[in-house]
Amino acid sequence: MTYIRKPNIAYKGRATNTLGLTEASYEGAMSTLCAGCGHDSITAAMTRAFFELGIPPNRAVKVSGIGCSSKTTAYFLSQSHGYNTVHGRMPSITTGASAANSELHYVGVSGDGDTLSIGLGQFAHAIRRNLNMLYVIENNGVYGLTKGQFSASASFGAKTKKGEVNTNPPIDPIKTALAMGASFIARSFSGDKNHLVPLIKAGLRHRGFALIDVISPCVSFNDHEDSSMSYKYAYAHLHTAADLIEDKETITAEYDEGSVLPVTMHDGSVIHLKKTDPDYDPTDRARAFDYVMRHQEKGEIVTGLLYIDDSRDDMHGLNKTVAAPLTTYDYEKLCPGSEALASLQKRYR
Amino acid sequence: MSAAQGRLNDFVVKIATANGTGSASANGLLLKAFFRMGIPVVGKNYFPSNIQGMPTWYEIRVTRDGFTARSGEVDLMIAMNAETYAQDVKEVAPGGYLVYDATWPRQKTLSRPDITVIGIPLAQMVNDSFANARVRILMKNMAYVGALAALVNIEMDVIRGLIEEMFAGKPKLIPANMQAIELGYNWVKENIASPLPLRVERLDKTKGHIMIDGNTAAGLGCVYAGATVGAWYPITPSTSLMDAYKSFCAKLRTDKETGEKRYIIVQGEDELSSAGITLGAGWTGARAFTTTSGPGISLMSELVGLAYYSEVPMVLFDIQRVGPSTGMPTRTQQGDLQICAYASHGDTKHVCLYPADPRECFEMAVNAFDLAERLQTPVFVVSDLDVGMNDWMVPDLTWDDSYRPDRGKVLSDAELEKITKFSRYLDVDGDGIPYRTLPGCHPKGANFNRGAGHNKWGGRTELSDEYQDVMDRLLVKWRTASTLVPKPEIIKAASGTNWGILTVGSCDGACKEALARLADKGIGVDYLRVKGFPFSAEVEAFLASHERVFVVEQNRDAQLRGMLLNETDVEKAKMTSVLNYDGMPMDHRTIVRAIEDAVAKEAAA
Repeated sequence: MTYIRKPNIAYKGRATNTLGLTEASYEGAMSTLCAGCGHDSITAAMTRAFFELGIPPNRAVKVSGIGCSSKTTAYFLSQSHGYNTVHGRMPSITTGASAANSELHYVGVSGDGDTLSIGLGQFAHAIRRNLNMLYVIENNGVYGLTKGQFSASASFGAKTKKGEVNTNPPIDPIKTALAMGASFIARSFSGDKNHLVPLIKAGLRHRGFALIDVISPCVSFNDHEDSSMSYKYAYAHLHTAADLIEDKETITAEYDEGSVLPVTMHDGSVIHLKKTDPDYDPTDRARAFDYVMRHQEKGEIVTGLLYIDDSRDDMHGLNKTVAAPLTTYDYEKLCPGSEALASLQKRYR
Repeated sequence: MSAAQGRLNDFVVKIATANGTGSASANGLLLKAFFRMGIPVVGKNYFPSNIQGMPTWYEIRVTRDGFTARSGEVDLMIAMNAETYAQDVKEVAPGGYLVYDATWPRQKTLSRPDITVIGIPLAQMVNDSFANARVRILMKNMAYVGALAALVNIEMDVIRGLIEEMFAGKPKLIPANMQAIELGYNWVKENIASPLPLRVERLDKTKGHIMIDGNTAAGLGCVYAGATVGAWYPITPSTSLMDAYKSFCAKLRTDKETGEKRYIIVQGEDELSSAGITLGAGWTGARAFTTTSGPGISLMSELVGLAYYSEVPMVLFDIQRVGPSTGMPTRTQQGDLQICAYASHGDTKHVCLYPADPRECFEMAVNAFDLAERLQTPVFVVSDLDVGMNDWMVPDLTWDDSYRPDRGKVLSDAELEKITKFSRYLDVDGDGIPYRTLPGCHPKGANFNRGAGHNKWGGRTELSDEYQDVMDRLLVKWRTASTLVPKPEIIKAASGTNWGILTVGSCDGACKEALARLADKGIGVDYLRVKGFPFSAEVEAFLASHERVFVVEQNRDAQLRGMLLNETDVEKAKMTSVLNYDGMPMDHRTIVRAIEDAVAKEAAA
């Protein structure tokens, strides 16, 4: 019911962020998704993350493709520009937007069909360019809007509600992103907002392509007994490899020195990773791949910040584009003028 | 008297070689030599979709009258490729000449009673003078340049000047190249009565002109238009457009000290992506463009529909080649007229501009960005291989420094501050063009854009009347577009006539030559060349005021005629199609023949 406006009530004593805004400034239209849909929890986490980071809402840009997940960009940040585009093409449109204006915070919301089937090519190539964006997959293993067909992330042997068996192996976005060279790769679960919010915040601060694959059960078509994407299955099989710790105080108080890994971001700030497994190293791509695969073989869903390299150039860095957004350049600085035109034509005589 | 007699400054030389042998620079040198002698020229490259070893031809038309189309005949063939001898001999006009390499025995195929065959031992002379195998191949090209210079009287000083410029960076190579040129030149002087009747003499008709191809000129136009984002996927024959933009930007838009670029070129993974990148950049407020050809347009159609319906500016250059499917990538056609005009599913139609020569490529590139931003819609510059990749003589490109881009109705932060509420798709001004805001603007301008059904306030809708309201307003915008696109070129015949030729793009040169030939025969015909779509009022008036209209175009299905039927009130019976779709550029003979036939039929009736 996007036309139904949320009541704009100013509660007294509500927390404000560094900009003096309350979380309400980061909300969007009412969701039209099914009651209990995992995607709505992700929407709430988005709202919270942008609020906590204190990003001015008008400096954020939301882009999405087609599907239930892609609808959600209307449900947060109503004071930001948004573009609900066409199926599987969100990465290219975001590439263009970022090419034109490098200064804005781009968040792309996609689904497993939008990313791993129709949009697999664009997904891979946005990674290759190390496009500076946060890319969130709301992954539920089915096509919801067309009523429950398997998507490319459905596990081998999974059953639909009607009992149909999936005979194709899944495409795992995490392993795909690791292989394609993504510079920030995380997985989370829509049922755990406390886990998801810090990841979204770190992803937004990351310079380059930040992927968060969020397992987000579809209550209408993929939450049954035989599903490997249900709430029940997820709760039983989640395995956290490396979590983000937000509060520095907590680090010293609760964790052993060795299990906390500080990672310096490009802006000089440091994020802290709590490693559940002391052997895990989220800066080692090959080991991350191996770790994810071994746990997958056991039927586990590995979550957390699985890989990070914040030192790489993004698309603009690789291009050597001027620092200020191209959209801010005056025409006078772009047009060489009549004299230059006359002189450059000498070679055509 | 043979056809080649009395052809001072008016003949065609065609050079047959194998590609990958370095003949392109030799042929370019010849073209420029004529140009520098003040004689108008046309250069056409007929090349294979291949890198090395396949037959390729370069045709130079020397035309004292300054015609711009190919002539359709060959007067002097330089047959350097034994593989195509049979075909090359056949193509020479009666009374013409054929030059072959007489190093090897003359083949039986190389004879025809009505032409003069000249054998020159080019390879032998070159092999006697140069040791290195690759150098020999290159020098043989220079040797035929020298031979031709002697045969048709090209000034050697002009050639020397060009060689010095060509090798300005490697002056050591100048003597060797001149030596090779002289080998050919001297052999002809010593063995043949030269120059031939087919020859050149200095004129003064190229001053204030340049020789340039349309893709280079269009790439330069994008720089001057202030375009900052180029997205593309390599495809013949459009590639050289983005290459040109890139090389101009490297010189003109790169900070000399820091190396920082005031532009970005993104090579997409396919044309879907390139279109998406262009659209995304246009949405965010950059002047963005993509370059492609027919197969790319097929893929881009999806994004073009999104841009049309969500009203985002983008510029697409379609350098048409022969379709359908892969077709003949290195041959020319106007087969994309309709797909560009109506690309994508649902009710969509798009603004198109049709350049007829490289100068118009430059001007229309700039115009396309203005129209795209003014109208908030995709704009196609529908060029073709003939215009895009061949060398045309055009008046110097000029620039008005007072030009400022038309960014259209974009609300500034100050303007947003003043208004109560921003609605994306309201027709405030009655011209069908709404106001837009850019991402990052004042929070009041925040807007959720979508390809899904939306109402005039920009909200999602599935209500029939709200949906239809927006679709109808887009038609109002379409009518506004018809007043903004460039007006057609119209030429009235000297004497009153109710017959007309109506054409588009690169048919222009052939049509104008046909008009001149027909006038010589006492047949006067009016002329209109469409420069933009939607058709402006002048096109409708021309159709209404002529009893018979010959619609000249380069495709099988008479696509322009179909668009005229679809968009104007013209009666079908009024229009006669004159079509050329074999992949070669249109020549005037096809048009003259069609009109003469019609005249004869009318006389017989």
